[in-house]
Amino acid sequence: MRKIAIYGKGGIGKSTTTQNTVAGLATMGRKVMVVGCDPKADSTRLLLGGLNQSTVLDTLREEGEDVALEDILLAGFSGTECTESGGPEPGVGCAGRGIITAINLLEQLGAYKEEKALDYVFYDVLGDVVCGGFAMPIREGKADEIYIVCSGEMMAMYAANNICKGILKFAQSGGVRLGGLICNSRMVDNEASMIEEFAKQLGTQMIHFLPRDNMVQRAEINRKTVIEFAPEHPQAEEYRKLARKIEENKMLVVPTPIPITQLEKLLIDFGIMN
Amino acid sequence: MLLRHTPIEIKERSALTINPAKTCQPIGAMYAALGIHGCLPHSHGSQGCCAYHRSALTRHYKEPISAGTSSFTEGSSVFGGQANLVSAIETMFTVYEPDVIAVHTTCLSETIGDDLVQIRRKAEDEGKIPPGKHVILANTPSYVGSHVTGFSNMVVGMLKGFAASSGKKNGKINIIPGFVEPSDMTEIKRLCSEIGVPTIMFPDTSGVVNAPMTGEFQMYPKGGVTVEELIASGDAKGTLALGEWASAEGARFLDATFKVPCKILDLPIGLEATDRFVDALRTIAGVSVPDSVNLQRGQLVDVIADYEQYFHGKKVALAGDPDQLISLVEFLVALGMHPVHIVTGTPGTRFETRIKELTKDSPYPVNVKAAGDMFHLHQWIKNEPVDLLIGNTYLKYVARDEDIPFIRHGFPIYDRMGHSYFPSVGYTGALRLIEKILGVLFDRADRDATETKFELVF
Repeated sequence: MRKIAIYGKGGIGKSTTTQNTVAGLATMGRKVMVVGCDPKADSTRLLLGGLNQSTVLDTLREEGEDVALEDILLAGFSGTECTESGGPEPGVGCAGRGIITAINLLEQLGAYKEEKALDYVFYDVLGDVVCGGFAMPIREGKADEIYIVCSGEMMAMYAANNICKGILKFAQSGGVRLGGLICNSRMVDNEASMIEEFAKQLGTQMIHFLPRDNMVQRAEINRKTVIEFAPEHPQAEEYRKLARKIEENKMLVVPTPIPITQLEKLLIDFGIMN
Repeated sequence: MLLRHTPIEIKERSALTINPAKTCQPIGAMYAALGIHGCLPHSHGSQGCCAYHRSALTRHYKEPISAGTSSFTEGSSVFGGQANLVSAIETMFTVYEPDVIAVHTTCLSETIGDDLVQIRRKAEDEGKIPPGKHVILANTPSYVGSHVTGFSNMVVGMLKGFAASSGKKNGKINIIPGFVEPSDMTEIKRLCSEIGVPTIMFPDTSGVVNAPMTGEFQMYPKGGVTVEELIASGDAKGTLALGEWASAEGARFLDATFKVPCKILDLPIGLEATDRFVDALRTIAGVSVPDSVNLQRGQLVDVIADYEQYFHGKKVALAGDPDQLISLVEFLVALGMHPVHIVTGTPGTRFETRIKELTKDSPYPVNVKAAGDMFHLHQWIKNEPVDLLIGNTYLKYVARDEDIPFIRHGFPIYDRMGHSYFPSVGYTGALRLIEKILGVLFDRADRDATETKFELVF
């Protein structure tokens, strides 16, 4: 079982990319589970055809410790299994602690157990690694492979670099490795070549360049992944390509985060500053 | 030799505290809250915090200490403790009927960022706070400051919750007594009334944590500052804050908010600090010091003169809270003793400066550390032995291993009685301190004297 965590700046398209990639793997016949680690609980909407109303933490709050796995693990598109950690409403409580609690509970309940013969677990984690809770998916024994979704926009690259710092910390003590950057295009000049260079400087690769396409939006409005909504569309093929590349990826590294000045120089060299 | 692993060689430590000379913020907050009449302290956090804080106070005062807890679960840590606190407030007002609930936070509720003001508003909106009842608040994360900070934060909490200005001064003087014993609070009130200064003292734990046995359990004993008095503190003529660390914040709050001028004094422990306190009271009242107070002062000076030879040149090590230590060190110096090692767990660089000023004429190098620990004190003692040790019960291990005469002073004292009933402030308190110091010094002299040197008279 490969355990993969997807990180990236807020709003970059982590959940969309994750679910489409998962849909791609699922249609290739892989058994995949998605764990949404976001209090908004919208990481599995496209696979489930709507929001999952019974998150792990909501169920824990309502039922107490007496939670059954089937209450929180729902079947999604093409045999995928979907669960959402959930979390507090904005501005109260501790979302980070929520992720820790949810993942521990999933483990206790046997969501990962061997007889389920899962090929992949995907953790879709909100935003930056702001605290220990959001690093839970990359602690020892959890995800061992990380992909960062980014674009050619400066703040997205800045966030990616920061996430690499987090990975570095855990990679030194444990087995977690960076698998690559997924460039979710924002139509920035020289985007692909810049992210390729950025990836090189981080010691990793740009595993795939996802072009921007309105079909993604259209599928989302219909609560579906592109692969389900328009399997013949070229964008669906892009996600399948990404799924195949992840399946075949052998380049797992300890990243080398770069200083901010180097990041700025990269942006100047590739012409964004002009 | 329970502390036999304490090495004599002192090494720089940056990240480790061994045998801390302080405890949690909420203990101070809980103690301050008990000084309000009819108040039930409430700990907003997990049960273990509350259990520890209650038991620490119970062990020190030998009285039942009641307090509520929000009893955080895994779920409350994630979703916030609002639901628990709102229902705790409802339960406490319904079942235990306090006039005031004093809520303090814990490390957990602080870290997840629970907003007490917003939660109190929610309880209010839902009608969980009955008319005429009150909920006051204090933020007390234990990773900041110490129990003294917690005490100070709850003093500010009670003032924020109650103090008001009616536009008309009431002629009273607010006294914030500091983190001292109920007996000390009684003595401070007595001095004020002897001199003729009408006061509002808050918090006032006398009659609460040293309440009499009446044969009937009283959830809320007679003592404590009343809500009406706390409201009136905003109309007072002035505030005397005793002890910078425990009392100054509250006094400054009243000054800034209600223009009640404040004076910050040292705790009136020992001759000179008591003189300054008495002088401040005399000035406020516009009277001469009454004979009754002069008499006590005279007796104290007489005793100091009588026993000077036994104090002279003795080296002392102390651990405790900054406000207490500053006055104690000043007193010991006045007695002719040499405080050489002084440590507090409460942070604050001004402490070290004050102690150095007070001991500047010492023939010995003086070791002082704020935010230090008892392990360090023990190492200092191994390097430069002392004749007397003063501090809380936890120092008894050092006293035993190093065979040093030891008197208990400060918080907590788990293994001796007296602190609740016999003050250490004022001239009376100074006499008691002298009695205790001489007691252990003479016991030691008697124990160690050879048959030919065994003295009948000291």
